[in-house]
Amino acid sequence: MSKVVVVTSGKGGVGKTTSSASLGAALAQAGQKVVVVDFDVGLRNLDLLMGAERRVVFDLVNVVQGDAKLAQALIRDKRIETLSLLPASQTRDKDALTEEGVGRVIDDLRESFDWVICDSPAGIEKGATLAMRYADLAVVVTNPEVSSVRDSDRIIGLLDSKTQRAESGERMEKQLLLTRYDPARAARGEMMSVEDVLEILAIPLLGIVSESPDILSASNVGCPVTLHNPGSPAAQAYSEAARRLLGDNVAVSIPREKQGFMSRLFGRKAVA
Amino acid sequence: MSLLNFFGRSRRSAPVARDRLQLLLAHERGLGGGEDLAAILQQEILAVIAKHIAIDSDRVVVKLDRGDQVSTLEIDIEMPETALSRT
Ligand SMILES: Nc1ncnc2c1ncn2[C@@H]1O[C@H](COP(=O)(O)OP(=O)(O)OP(=O)(O)O)[C@@H](O)[C@H]1O
Ligand SMILES: [Mg+2]
Repeated sequence: MSKVVVVTSGKGGVGKTTSSASLGAALAQAGQKVVVVDFDVGLRNLDLLMGAERRVVFDLVNVVQGDAKLAQALIRDKRIETLSLLPASQTRDKDALTEEGVGRVIDDLRESFDWVICDSPAGIEKGATLAMRYADLAVVVTNPEVSSVRDSDRIIGLLDSKTQRAESGERMEKQLLLTRYDPARAARGEMMSVEDVLEILAIPLLGIVSESPDILSASNVGCPVTLHNPGSPAAQAYSEAARRLLGDNVAVSIPREKQGFMSRLFGRKAVA
Repeated sequence: MSLLNFFGRSRRSAPVARDRLQLLLAHERGLGGGEDLAAILQQEILAVIAKHIAIDSDRVVVKLDRGDQVSTLEIDIEMPETALSRT
């Protein structure tokens, strides 16, 4: 059974594209067949973070409009065999996508991949609602900061009303990925803690990714951090999150002030 | 309080963030994406007053605070000088 995941947030710049690339790569490294789909039409970036920017010929809009076959638009990763990218268009806008066209592409992708990871654009407009439309599971990317948490709450409301699952009365599964977390500032009470955000948003925790220079260097070279620097805390956080997606019961490490000194707090069973 | 603030708590802004969010989101979830109740009340109250008194829209302030136990509606209408001197 393949699973369609939307990586979403409402607020811009919180780490959706970084997380889509990193979770996608981590799942593929675990042997899964994965495609990451860029829904940020007009502002594509997933190709850049995956180091595939010079290999884009056709894109999602071409496929939705029937101008290219899916196989022509998919870009196979050069490092991990089971990882592919479906890029967004840089020259068109999101109105070029239709609901039923996107539905058809997602159905086709389900045939060939175990995981279809949809990188949502920011906002709550058409682009974001299309990206979440056919998802089985939502990864809500949130920074521990008031505007991000508020927007995530809004997105959770949309996930519970505007998705195909919600409309057909099924439960829309949502998990929180807390990114750009700064343990030192949280310890000093300058930044909301993991517990604070969890209490407010009230959805299960998929993982915590600390603020980390490794993310920037990975994006500089166009290689997801789980591949570029697998030993780094950020890569480990993403790899563990990927294992939770696969159903492994891995406790979430709450990053503490000193690196490497992690305390394992919440034991939890992840999604089946 | 200010001493305490100065020495011990000036940097602990996270609890404030959490409390503000909890209040705000309780309110926004209740709205379900609909219109802001306070804004509707503000408009309608203003319309009633404007029938009798020439008044600026920013002289009518409506605040709605939803708490867990008690919610308060605060209506503040500032009367223009002219409205009173006429009587
Ligand atoms: N854990 C992290 N540590 C440090 N920097 C990070 C981290 N996660 C993301 N960033 C940085 O934050 C910026 C925004 O990240 P990203 O593009 O993934 O966000 P986004 O949510 O996809 O943005 P948009 O809404 O514009 O699509 C990038 O510069 C990225 O390198
Ligand atoms: Mg993005």
